[in-house]
Amino acid sequence: MSAGSDSEPLHRRFGLRDDELDMIRDALGRDPDRTELAMYAAMWSEHCSYKSSKIHLRTLPTEGPAVLVGPGQDAGAVDVGDGIAAVFKMESHSHPSAIEPYQGAATGVGGIVRDIVSMGARPVALLDPLMFGPLEDERNRWLLEGVVAGIGGYGNCIGVPTVGGEVRFAEPHSANPTVNVLCVGIARADRLMTAATHTPSAGSLMVLYGATTGRDGIGGVSVLASATIEEGSEGSRPSVQIGDPFSEKLLIEASLELVEGDLLEGLQDLGGAGLTCAVSESAARSGFGARLDLDAVPLREPGMEAFEILTSESQERMLAIVHPSKLERVRAVCAKWGLSTAVVATLEPGGDLDVHLAGQQVAKVPALSLTEKAPVYERPMRSIPANGDDPTFAPFDGDLGDALRSLLAAPNVASKRWVFEQYDRMVQGQTVAGPGSDAAVVRVPGTMKGLALSVDGNGRYGSLDPYLGGAHAVAEAARNVAVTGAKPLAITNCLNFGNPERPEVMWQFSEAIRGMRDACLALDTPVTGGNVSFYNESGGSAIWPTPVVGVLGSLADYRLRLPSGFPSPGLAVYLLGESFAELGGSQFAETVLGVVAGAPPALDLEVERRLQDLVQEAAGGDLLASAHDCSDGGVAVALAECAILGGHGFAVTLEGDLPPHVLLFGESASRAVVSVAPEREGSLRGLAATRGVPFERLGETGGPRAVIDGFVDTTVEELTEVWEQAIPRLLGEVS
Amino acid sequence: MSARIGVVTFPGSLDDRDAIRAVELMGGQGVPLWHADPELHGVDGVILPGGFSYGDYLRCGAIARFAPVMEEIRGFAARGGPVLGICNGFQILCESGLLPGALIRNRSLRFVCRIVSLRVETTQTPITADVPPGEILEIPIKHGEGQFVAGEADLDRLEDEGMVVFRYCGPDGEVSEDHNPNGALRGIAGIRNEAGNVVGLMPHPEHAVDPDVGPTGGQALFASLLSHVMATAR
Repeated sequence: MSAGSDSEPLHRRFGLRDDELDMIRDALGRDPDRTELAMYAAMWSEHCSYKSSKIHLRTLPTEGPAVLVGPGQDAGAVDVGDGIAAVFKMESHSHPSAIEPYQGAATGVGGIVRDIVSMGARPVALLDPLMFGPLEDERNRWLLEGVVAGIGGYGNCIGVPTVGGEVRFAEPHSANPTVNVLCVGIARADRLMTAATHTPSAGSLMVLYGATTGRDGIGGVSVLASATIEEGSEGSRPSVQIGDPFSEKLLIEASLELVEGDLLEGLQDLGGAGLTCAVSESAARSGFGARLDLDAVPLREPGMEAFEILTSESQERMLAIVHPSKLERVRAVCAKWGLSTAVVATLEPGGDLDVHLAGQQVAKVPALSLTEKAPVYERPMRSIPANGDDPTFAPFDGDLGDALRSLLAAPNVASKRWVFEQYDRMVQGQTVAGPGSDAAVVRVPGTMKGLALSVDGNGRYGSLDPYLGGAHAVAEAARNVAVTGAKPLAITNCLNFGNPERPEVMWQFSEAIRGMRDACLALDTPVTGGNVSFYNESGGSAIWPTPVVGVLGSLADYRLRLPSGFPSPGLAVYLLGESFAELGGSQFAETVLGVVAGAPPALDLEVERRLQDLVQEAAGGDLLASAHDCSDGGVAVALAECAILGGHGFAVTLEGDLPPHVLLFGESASRAVVSVAPEREGSLRGLAATRGVPFERLGETGGPRAVIDGFVDTTVEELTEVWEQAIPRLLGEVS
Repeated sequence: MSARIGVVTFPGSLDDRDAIRAVELMGGQGVPLWHADPELHGVDGVILPGGFSYGDYLRCGAIARFAPVMEEIRGFAARGGPVLGICNGFQILCESGLLPGALIRNRSLRFVCRIVSLRVETTQTPITADVPPGEILEIPIKHGEGQFVAGEADLDRLEDEGMVVFRYCGPDGEVSEDHNPNGALRGIAGIRNEAGNVVGLMPHPEHAVDPDVGPTGGQALFASLLSHVMATAR
């Protein structure tokens, strides 16, 4: 599992620094041996310890009336009413996916699903934000195909619908694709498995159930996820875990039956750092130590060393804390689902993790020293100057219709049907709105409620201004939830950045956090957890700083969900919000002008809040027929998408002092295109005026044509074809 | 008194709850059956649901056919009891020899989840008895191994004896390669046995009964099954 040469001291080969070795000596009062060093290396890895990000993450707002469980547990939870908790979290599996796209993406799905299950919740939806390099490159096509097949191959086999996500493309993600996955689960609020509600006692047993433990994924967190990917990284393939979705499905059903039967005192999945992490966190959280007997761990192959058993990231395993009186019932439930169980540890007073193998003590370390006492760094930061000339005022005399077609064919904007048709979006039978909607909506069984979910992150904005990148990610994801008529409740995030040891990257990270913080406060959407993915760089070149935000909202009545597309002819089309001279960082500038430069759109969070509140209120009052967020490609692309998705054309007029291309394609924030039945226009106008949201009547829906007076005159059919064919064409599947 | 339809849960079944919900939404009573329990609990009909039974290792449906409940289902089918296999359930019926042919990897080599149009080819089954032949139903598919194949002689026999129940088609009922989502031979989406009581199809009618979450092409099929069961049970 070494990254460095054999002449290096062991701790460095494990990825530990010299001063970290000193900290370990202090914690133990002696030198660590090899097994102990491997445990610290895993637990103090960037991936597990958040040692570079922690001081920044602490500044995020985490509390609010709806928050039941905030950061620090396997997943966050919010109260959605009627005694129901929605549990959700997002994670990254970018590093393994860069090496082995199918298994990397597949095991990412498996890992986040187990996080949700370990809270006692049934997983009900998955969303996958993905970023790749341009599809003109063969390797990027291979990565896209592998990642999408892996997500489908795993998600489709466990019966959890994949209802949404994002797929974006940019050159800096060529060597380092970004693969994030969000899972949402539902539980009875009084049945959540949290440290607060479930208190183990000394003598309680730790029961490992699910798959056996093998040599796969050893060093996953320290070798793969906490270092940059360089030439020859294929050599780290053994650090990529291998997934078995069938075992995962059994694990889900068995775990939920254990929770339902009130048979557990605690439940934790085995993910990064394997058994070491699960046992030390479970023990430390309950204030105990544990005696861990490695001979009891069912192994996939003989002769595994202690450090291998302790840090293996073999998939589809869970660790339950069980009172001895309930052990037999726990075994019976697991046997029903064909899963093996093994009592591997006993909780003991004292706080030490006391590890034995073949009659020998192989490690004895304070559990807390692995978890809460991991190092925390305040890494140096250096700001990066703003990026190039703003394209907003550059003259443009091209054809606006051609520009619109180019934008609809841009892979960021184009239809992602090729991707989402490989995902089962229907299983469980609750998907009201699936992929391709602004936000996905799934019903909460047994109620009229809907959960609305969106994931957003715009690396273009993040690269030009990481503060705005963070703030826009929150605002856009929340806006996407709001335009379905739902109320955004809370967020989870996945923060994808380069090497934190570089001051410029650390500055980008801290700026993005500051932006997210301001937006979360303004929109009343606290952070309930998330994940940081550093070291996404190769050869000194990092990915765009890409904070991805997942927003969970609730709809009181899912039947009042607003579609994105124009649902019928004869509706009035309105633009809510105000348009400014903002073309910096836009999709138009990237696709048509060929530059990613300038300042991203400004974001007035009070204005954003008013827009979102207005759309929710109007939707709740059944005033709107559709609503669609304006983002990539501005109002012209938003109108085209409304027509394509709804199958009805439009004739509108865009007025203003801005140059036509800025008017059509500028990406000013806090705007939405809505359609309204004529008899409700008065009410909408009145409400918008009362709520202080600027509005403009653009025209009407209907007919086969898409007309922006004086600028664009084409057919919905043509726009649909351009939009639908773009990605299959890039993949060589249509000519 | 409503029709009691058993839905088998194998390890790895995924659409079992969905099938029960569909039965109940259409006025029947869904009865969960367990793969290891060799007992049908007096149900009037059986559904083998979609999913990945036993992980679909070896071949899709190849292990499920040895489940204890399958012995009972074979007897139930031999006595004329209605058995409906959906997706993985269809694969299990083929592997069990209750239906001819086999289902192999989609021609695209990719999983596909999409709403398709199906043309109803025969009324000689419990689920199509009340559906006019030629009717076009909108129903989703979601599978990676749904390409129906059989030898030419078997295919001819299926055609000649009216055992093709559904074909993939366009919006106006036209059967062509353009509307064939998986490369199935002769556009076959579902078939029946000689007696007509055993039906397998790749599309998912249980995901096409609730208008709030999808199309409604499955309603007619469940309605037909339930009324058929009630008529023969009396």
